[in-house]
This record gives sequence, C-alpha cells and structure tokens, in this order.
Amino acid sequence: MKADFKSADTSPAMRFDLSVIASWIEPGSKVLDLGCGEGDLLHCLKQQKGVRGTGIEMVEAKVLRCIEKGLSVLQGDITEEVQDYAENTFDYVILSQTLQQVYAPAQLLNSLLTIGRRVVVSFPNFTHWKNRWQLVWQGRAPLSKQLPFEWYNTPNIRVIAIIDFRRFVKKMGWRIVRETAINTDHHDHHGNVVRLLPNLRATYGIFMLAKKKEKK
Amino acid sequence: MSEYSARDADDVSVGIVEKKFYTFGGGVNQSLVLESGAKIGPVTVAYETYGQLSPAKDNAVLVLHALSGDCHVAGYYSKADTKPGWWENMVGPGKGIDTDRYFVICASILGSCGGTTGPSSTNPATGQPYGLDFPVVTVGDMVAVQRKLLDHLGVEKLLAVVGGSLGGMQALEWSLRYPDRVAGVIALATTMRHSALAIAFNEIARQAIMTDPNWNKGHYYGGPKPDTGLAVARMIGHVTYLSDEAMRRKFGRRLQGKEAFSFQFDIDFEVESYLRHQGNKFVARFDANSFLYVTKAADYFDLERRGGAGSAVEAFATARSRFLVVSFTSDWLYPTYQSKELVRALKKNGLNVSFCEIKADCGHDAFLIPNKRLSSLIGNFLEQTRDESRF
Repeated sequence: MKADFKSADTSPAMRFDLSVIASWIEPGSKVLDLGCGEGDLLHCLKQQKGVRGTGIEMVEAKVLRCIEKGLSVLQGDITEEVQDYAENTFDYVILSQTLQQVYAPAQLLNSLLTIGRRVVVSFPNFTHWKNRWQLVWQGRAPLSKQLPFEWYNTPNIRVIAIIDFRRFVKKMGWRIVRETAINTDHHDHHGNVVRLLPNLRATYGIFMLAKKKEKK
Repeated sequence: MSEYSARDADDVSVGIVEKKFYTFGGGVNQSLVLESGAKIGPVTVAYETYGQLSPAKDNAVLVLHALSGDCHVAGYYSKADTKPGWWENMVGPGKGIDTDRYFVICASILGSCGGTTGPSSTNPATGQPYGLDFPVVTVGDMVAVQRKLLDHLGVEKLLAVVGGSLGGMQALEWSLRYPDRVAGVIALATTMRHSALAIAFNEIARQAIMTDPNWNKGHYYGGPKPDTGLAVARMIGHVTYLSDEAMRRKFGRRLQGKEAFSFQFDIDFEVESYLRHQGNKFVARFDANSFLYVTKAADYFDLERRGGAGSAVEAFATARSRFLVVSFTSDWLYPTYQSKELVRALKKNGLNVSFCEIKADCGHDAFLIPNKRLSSLIGNFLEQTRDESRF
C-alpha cells in the first residue's frame, strides 16, 4: 500500500485525502467522481492506473478544465445525475468532502451503493480536538482550515464525527470495507494517517463502503 | 445563421476554398430510396473540404450544418470575397476544429438550396424544377446522402461528426445509423425530438410562405417568388434563435431613426427594422420551398419514436461513439432540459458522454458566435477522441 501512496502523491496539486483515495482504487476500474472539481483525482487515476472515469461537477469553468484534461465529465447536480445509471455501473463511486453538504445523505449513499460496487466517502471530522477546544473553552462555533466558514455563510449543513459515521453505516446495514483517518490541511497535499484516537486527532475520515451482500 | 459569419478577429483562415460536386444515383435502379419510401435520383451533393486526410485516414471530421447553412463552413471563394463561411470562427488553422490536424468535410443537406439536390433542382422526369414534386425528406435521408459522399471520398471512418441545431440532429442520427463509422459525436444546442414549441414556430413560418400568393403551390420558379412569405418566415425563425435578454440588450425599446412614435405602421422600433432587414437579406440567398422541406425534416425528427418502443434509451442501444453534448443557458428553442434528456439516454446505455451547459445570453444562435469556451471544449474533445479512438 505504501508504494501506492507514493505513486499517487506525485501530482503536486493533489489533496492528501485524494491521494489516499487514489491508493485504494484498483487499476483499470471504472470510477465515478462526484463533485470532481477540476478533475485532479480522475486525471491522476487515468494516468497512473488506467482507470475509466467520469466526473460530475456543477461549475461550468471546472467542467471545461476537466475536458481540457481529456476527462469525461457531466455538468450537473450530483443527487440528480446519479439517478440515471444502471446497477453496478461503476467499480467505485467517490464522494470526497461533500457529504457534509448533502441534504439527504442516507438516500444519496444508498443510490451510490446501487450504481457502484464500492463507495468511497471522505468528510471533515467535526470532533477534531481543535474544534472541541473552540466550542468548550472559547464558547464559539468552530472555525478551522477544514471548516473555514461562519455560521451565516457555510454550505455545510451536517456535523459529522468519525464515530457517528461508523454508527450510521452500521444502522443502515452497510459494510465498512476499509477506513482510515488522516490529519491534514485543506488543499495541502501533505498529511499523515492517524491511528491513535482518530475521532479526536484526525481532520478527515475516509471510508470505503459496500452493501452487506455482494451482488454477483 | 450566416449573419454571424465574419472575418476572423486575428484574420486566421483556411483561405481560398472551392465548392465541389458529386452526383450519384443516376443509373437505372440506382435511385436513393428515402425513409418515406419515395425514390430520388440522380442526387447531386455540394461539398467542401479543408485540411488533409491523413495517410491512415483517421482524422476526418464531418461538420453538419443547420437550417439555413450550407457546405461553405469556412474560408473564402476568392480574394475579392468579403464574407467567409458560416463557422469561420470555429474551423481553420489552430481553431477549435483545427484544419492543420483534421480533414474537415461539410456537405449541403438534401432538400436545401446550397447546391445539393432540392426542390429548386431540375426534375429529370419533367425537365422543370421539382417544386412540390420533390419528395419529403428526413434527417435520416440527409445522413444517408452524406454517407454516399464519404464512400466516394474514400473516408470509411469519421473521427467525429459535429453539428448544432439541425446539424446536431444529423450528428445524433449518424451515431445510430452508422455506429461503427463514428468515433465521436459533438451535439450542440440540439434535441432528440422536435418539441411542440419548435414545430409550432416552423408551422407559422411555413404558413407565411404558403399563404404568399406568389408561392403558387410551389411553382414559382421563373416567375415572381414568395419573397414576402419567406421574409416573414425568416423573421419568426430569427426571434426563436435570439433570447429575451439578447433582444433587450441589442434593441431594448429604442426607436429607429426617430425621436417619437410615427402613429403609423412604418418601422418605429429598432427591432422591427432589424427583423425586416434580416428577412429581406434572407430571400436573396434562400429558396422558399427548401425552407418548407428542411423545417419539415426537423419537425419529423424524433429519436424516441425511431427507437421503436418510444424510448430514447432503446434508441441509443446500438450507439458506440463517445459524445459531447453542449447546451446554452438562454436557448429557448432547444432548452437545456432537452440536452439533459439526451445525456440521460446516453448514460443509461453506459455510453461515454460529457455534458456542459455554457452560460450565454445570445439564445439558440450562441453556438455560431465566437466563444472561447466552446472552441476549447470542441478542440479538447476532438483531441481526446483521437487519443482514444478505436480506429
């Protein structure tokens, strides 16, 4: 796995969480990246792993950047766009740093687990110790590199903690195939894996999910 | 559409071009059988080509023109020629469709008046112009004629088919009729099926022509032409190609050369003057009967019906190409939701598709107007198609 990390990390602009996600994707697989931005992850996966990828992105300028990179991309809203695919169209569906902005996360993840064999989700860990510190000792809503918004301009409508997410997955009857927690700054491609007390020390949680029973 | 054709801002052009002709189907039992069952022959195709076909013959791009266009996509006919082809801003050296890299072909469509056989051509049976004896043609028939031309040119496979509006319909038709001959499809400001709104506007335009006394049931060649009807038809069409926003910006309620209302039915507003000018300009270059035939072909276009069970998803079951679908925010003739329906059908077939809605306030005609984003999209898509091409 370490070698994979290294190879995925050669792209200078790539976020650390995306490098981790890239290391989880098998070569030659079919990938859907939701909220793919300018297509950094898909481009890297295509170049280094021969992945056949599609991105979904809302912003016209970012869609243009993706097509410049030779990627296939659809401009649109992720909750609408994911409805049109047949079951198990993709090997992996990736939802990075978007879950906290989704109105109906259970419904969305369920759709994703239908159109993909595996779903990879990353989200900012709200219970990082710095956030707790601000809440308890300063009495203020947390502001951090991962959660840089004020209450009046945040697009984030969900507060997610790593342990809460685990409980949610269990309750929904899904399976965690793989998980990791990382400590990084948003937009920084450096970071490290947090093994000890991740719910307290990690800035992001990354999970790979599957439905309980494998459909053959 | 050709009112947008203008000299390239940087004066980059394919240069002097030549309109060529190819005729087929003249022999006994060689007539072209149309979708309606009618037969027609001989058929002459007017076409132009730019750039060089590669030795591997893997760089051909077929451009498909819209209602009022023709095969003159780019370049000039002579040094004295002041007006380039209708997509001069997109087709040329180093442009979105780069003639240094691609062999570009465009043919005037069947039924039009751009040099390809249409209602104004001579009917071999009578020695007179066809008029309404010309059979009703479909988008599929137009594509069948283009295929004949490609066979003649020795172009077996197309790197891409590219078209906007009615041209986009032809591009989609190509992907279904000849799936193994097309690697990439670029469909701009188009639809899988003509909507009631689009049919309605076409019908109003046709009525304007057919109620002109000079129309004479299509037999006006050699006599006075239904110019008034055709000009009104063009005025209607032109409004549907613009947008509320574009018209507000371009004309507002400004008066034409006067300070106050005339209290007569002369031209008061700038927009009236503009439409009359466009109408009058159009009659000089377009045949009224062709307008009837080509709009009818657009109205008949319906890939869902063609799919058999009335399903767009089934219609694309045989498609193999990769697709780029582009819509424009202010296009109310073929609005974005229609492009999205197309994209949905392609996705459900597991086809490789990219979609972009370009922000533009100039309505349906946005695809004809110089736009860096559109050029970049098309250029990059072609490049990627060449990289991934199965040919």
